[in-house]
Amino acid sequence: MKIGVLTKQVPSADSPLKLDGGGKWIGEENVTFAINESDAYALEEALRIKEETGDGEVVVASLGPQRVQRGIREGLSKGADRGIHIEESLPYTSDPFLTATLFANTLRNESFDLILSGLQSDDLGLGQVGVLLGEMLSMSTATLVMETGISDSTIRVKRELEGGWFQWTTLKLPASISIQSGINTPRYPSLKGIMGAKKKEIRSIARNEVDDGGATLQTLRKVYIPQKVKRTEMIEGEADQVVAKLIDIFKRDIKVL
Amino acid sequence: MDILVVLEHKNGTMHRASMEAIAAGQSLARDLGQTVSVLAMGEDTSQMAQEASAKDVMEVLTAEHPLLKDYSADGYAKVLTQVIEAESPKYVIMGHTYMVRDFLPKVSAALRKPLLGDNIAYRIEDGSIIFTKQVFAGKLSADVVPNGDPPYLVTFQSAAFQEDAAAEGNGAAVRPVEVNLESGHISTTSEEPFQETTTTVDLASADVIVSVGRGIGKEENLSMIKALAEALGGQIASSRPVVDAGWLPPYHQVGSSGQTVAPTLYLALGISGAIQHVVGMKGSKNVVVINKDSDAPLFEIADFGVVGDILEIIPKLTEAVKAA
Repeated sequence: MKIGVLTKQVPSADSPLKLDGGGKWIGEENVTFAINESDAYALEEALRIKEETGDGEVVVASLGPQRVQRGIREGLSKGADRGIHIEESLPYTSDPFLTATLFANTLRNESFDLILSGLQSDDLGLGQVGVLLGEMLSMSTATLVMETGISDSTIRVKRELEGGWFQWTTLKLPASISIQSGINTPRYPSLKGIMGAKKKEIRSIARNEVDDGGATLQTLRKVYIPQKVKRTEMIEGEADQVVAKLIDIFKRDIKVL
Repeated sequence: MDILVVLEHKNGTMHRASMEAIAAGQSLARDLGQTVSVLAMGEDTSQMAQEASAKDVMEVLTAEHPLLKDYSADGYAKVLTQVIEAESPKYVIMGHTYMVRDFLPKVSAALRKPLLGDNIAYRIEDGSIIFTKQVFAGKLSADVVPNGDPPYLVTFQSAAFQEDAAAEGNGAAVRPVEVNLESGHISTTSEEPFQETTTTVDLASADVIVSVGRGIGKEENLSMIKALAEALGGQIASSRPVVDAGWLPPYHQVGSSGQTVAPTLYLALGISGAIQHVVGMKGSKNVVVINKDSDAPLFEIADFGVVGDILEIIPKLTEAVKAA
């Protein structure tokens, strides 16, 4: 089983965010980056499928600036076999169709049986690339996957529906599957894994080598701090004062006491 | 055709997000001076088509086929692609539901047309349209514009438009459209949907909800949340990370993958407020947020906010509620 995993590096959840001067993206100084949460689950699922089938290869692919190699290396230290880095600089690709095209052009000759990706990124949150890439590479697709069962020519996946419902769907391979957070418990890299990762290959490709010049379908004009729509009354003070005010609010304003 | 709103159903009954999508389509039509049509897809669309034809729309299209009885991404994408090619709408509008997220990118790929997803608003500036969506887990907003010629595929986040804003009409005509679908087009087979557990907590009808997030830190601290919920006579709910960690069963989860709630009081403790959570609780009448991170996006929709340590405040609050 040859498995590709798409990972993205995003600001970690507790990292402070500031806008850059141009208002098109965030300023990256003082930002700590981490592998996108659902991508980390996708990587873990790929490693488990490889271990279960007993042979094959897990390849981590990332699009982004030089720094994303650290994320790829983290994947290698957890057990992925090699990495592919499509290197770009600002402005980063924000059109999911272009992102999928870049991955399709890079990964086409790899002929993966399975491509796993996180459901959506924690920065742009477009949630389209896994399906778009599957279409471009003529693979079957499924999203919101919470469990997988692999066989020679098919994969059976438990898809999350809304409101606590699930459904099992069987797909023909090759398949591109978008993984939902919570599907497994991602492992930590072992010391041996970290040492071994240093010898593993990361192939670097410049974005313009795989950009076929097709039109971008959408443009991110600017990012900005949202305008507050609701007036919030902030309660300040020591814990005891806060509690006294909350009790007052529960009684008088909200009338639940 | 100008604007086409595509409906979604469960066992023939229209999804709430579809009524919101009709309201979005009508709003866009007013602003652009265009007309709205509606498309119902399925094996039998009569109930949905009837419901939609009562709204102020020009026409209701129905795409019926036995292979559309059960949802498949391939089948739905194929049929919607055919209808768009035949009818040439400028905008195709849907709610940002799990089903739409699953199949609509396929239509985008087939047509090579943009899918602008999960928007919270749109505006017209100098005659061109700009969509707004939340990025960085709701901490920032982004303006996005489509490039090239229409059609543009557009989805709106739950509650971006109100379902009761969908204006009534006087009986739009229903027109069946041609569907070419074969079993060979569908590369997947699906089994019956199921729920993991039969035990559920009916959060939807709760008057008071005490909801807990990642900020609780560890499982042992949940007992203080339970004590507070009990004192307030409310139900316990949570955001996804608490369920993913196995600290609470999934039926306590509020958000896009859990329940949608609208209590009198939603007390959010240590919840940062990712979009996926907010869509499940923003209909609450009063939202009180306690979080040690003053930048937590949930403060944006709070009526009352406290920047503080929940582990310190909650035990004192519980005692005070009991004494009240």
